[in-house]
Amino acid sequence: MTIEELEQIAKSVHQENEKYDYEVNVCMDLACASQGAGALRDALAKEAEVSGKKVLIRKTGCMGPCSSGPLVRVDPDEALYAHVKDASAKAIISSLGDKPVAELQCDLNEHFDKQVRVVLENAGHIDPEKIDDYISRDGYKALLTALTEMTPNGVIHRITESGLRGRGGGGYPTGLKWATVSKASGDLKYVVCNGDEGDPGAFMDRSVMEGDPHRVIEGMAIAAYAVGASKGFIYVRAEYPVAVARLTTALREARRRGLLGNNIGNTTFSFDIEIRLGAGAFVCGEETALIASIEGRRGTPKPRPPYPAVSGLWGKPTLINNVETYANVAPIVRNGGKWFFNMGSERSKGTKVFALTGRIKNTGLIEVPLGIKLWEIIDVIGGGVPGGHKLKAIQTGGPSGGCIPADMLGLGVSYDALMAAGSIMGSGGMIVMDDTSCMVNVARFFVEFCMTESCGKCIPCRAGTAQMYTLLTRICEGTATMDDLELLVDLCGTVKETSLCGLGQTAPNPVLSTLKYFKNEYIEHIVHKRCPAGVCNLAGASAVAAASVEVPA
Amino acid sequence: MGGNVPAFTPPPLPSDDKRWKIVNGTMRKNGFARHALIETLHTVQSSFGYLDDDAIRFVALSLRVPLSQAYGVVTFYHYFSLKPPGEHTMTLCTGTACYIKGTDKLVGSAEQHLGLKAGHTTKDGKISLMTARCVGACSRAPVVICDGEVAGEVTNEQMIAQLERWAVE
Repeated sequence: MTIEELEQIAKSVHQENEKYDYEVNVCMDLACASQGAGALRDALAKEAEVSGKKVLIRKTGCMGPCSSGPLVRVDPDEALYAHVKDASAKAIISSLGDKPVAELQCDLNEHFDKQVRVVLENAGHIDPEKIDDYISRDGYKALLTALTEMTPNGVIHRITESGLRGRGGGGYPTGLKWATVSKASGDLKYVVCNGDEGDPGAFMDRSVMEGDPHRVIEGMAIAAYAVGASKGFIYVRAEYPVAVARLTTALREARRRGLLGNNIGNTTFSFDIEIRLGAGAFVCGEETALIASIEGRRGTPKPRPPYPAVSGLWGKPTLINNVETYANVAPIVRNGGKWFFNMGSERSKGTKVFALTGRIKNTGLIEVPLGIKLWEIIDVIGGGVPGGHKLKAIQTGGPSGGCIPADMLGLGVSYDALMAAGSIMGSGGMIVMDDTSCMVNVARFFVEFCMTESCGKCIPCRAGTAQMYTLLTRICEGTATMDDLELLVDLCGTVKETSLCGLGQTAPNPVLSTLKYFKNEYIEHIVHKRCPAGVCNLAGASAVAAASVEVPA
Repeated sequence: MGGNVPAFTPPPLPSDDKRWKIVNGTMRKNGFARHALIETLHTVQSSFGYLDDDAIRFVALSLRVPLSQAYGVVTFYHYFSLKPPGEHTMTLCTGTACYIKGTDKLVGSAEQHLGLKAGHTTKDGKISLMTARCVGACSRAPVVICDGEVAGEVTNEQMIAQLERWAVE
């Protein structure tokens, strides 16, 4: 496969598409599929056949605003239809060549205007099961350009120049990581893609793997060339069967096209990828635990150093990046590091995909330039909190993150600003909470999660999270004292400082951040035996209420 | 020591059930390497629905992994089950977005309706009630998976109705 051949394929796809007058794209992502997108697609195909019009019906990945699903986009008009039932198939097909179906059209202009799509540039535009669709949108061009026109160091330089930071949450500079693996000695090196996405309330990586799997593969292949690796692994959660199926198809297609395997692009570079299934362990998102899991063992972390970059999978130098990090690689190589560097804020470059969920009108997948203000995400893209409720907090970073209170909506979303606010960027879960959520209960939810997911290797995490959970339960049940609260804070410090891996080190974050901004809720529970949000069932509640009645005025 | 190490012969298949051949296929594909343990256990679970002692023993012997290590792996990962699933499985997602939208009440209600704790199967073997950490359909929270079908924005009434339909089947 050469660049010329690639262009030839792209040309033939465009020619093939030109045979059709209209393209009807149906979002088949999990959210839309769970609302009948499959039957809708069939109905559209049937109506199209009956009508005799030249219509291409395409199954695509996630289009973004899941709460408006099932979604259909008709090109070339770019008419976006929301909540489409299969009964509307006829109306959509007959409208082709005429005015769009007004009652199905959704006004999501504001939702999309604030977004910049780099990682999601193909989502909703290609059939993820067709490699040629990906190639027709400049797919694999970056890989072949890198292989034929750039040195491995040149590729690393470009990634460094872009300012890309790890999208798994840590925010480590990607170029620096690549350079370390590249310099590590050894003939055999590995490239690993972390698709474990164990963070509850996040589905960015699932959508990327399902909606544009070749983008991840291309990013990994470029990385392998840059660091000198010949073998790659994609570690995917077993809970994502569609992602596994799409990646399997994509790998097969890439091999068939000579974009994986021996002598890619007629060069000396050979590289192939295997899929490894996770088996439901949050800790496997930690890189040394992930390595243990790929090696077929229990996913327990190891002390670092040595870092996987020096001694990773089977003791060999290993590059581990997250799905979204790899998904950024091809566009950076294609468009240059400066192009990427010019997006985003001072120290957080590019864009970030978030899974916007919870108490918000427009739930779904969004991609925004870093540095964007939180209010732009919540009020403009998200459409605000529905049902007349009041925004209380925004949770980012999952069980390792924290809650940002509603009065901090002016905050620019970047690695550093979120960290300073007591949360973290995390992998991209953004859960909106309103006045129906009790922050103590939320903290307990996350601590329970970490307690269950603790691998048990180190005591601070294994025992500490369990004790934190007990104390939080006491607070939620109204049996805690202020001494318990003091003990909780103390324990948070110990667990944070002394745990072996990121799971334990960050487990106290949800407690600390809610204590920082919502301490009054803790006090209300402890002193007044009252849950302001009305979520917790406090044992002492009636006793206190009765006692307060007896107090003479 | 010294002397010749006898060539390794994998153990015979536990029975003539054709599914063992699929399991063996996964191991063969990986050259019976020890690191294929999790892959193989996945194949067992997808073929048989769960992992029993015979299966774990067979896989461990075939891959030359100590039994303790194999059992350790099985119990470490939530995805592996040591008990056969019921005829029907209802999985309630307990991820953060689902939690914010009241999945804990759904779990409580389903547990009460079936008279068991999540993670168990009804005595007649009809319905298994499970929880999942997050299935990644957060935008449609709360999410319930009924025999593999993902349903979003599920109400308590819808969930109970589904359980009742299964019970009378």
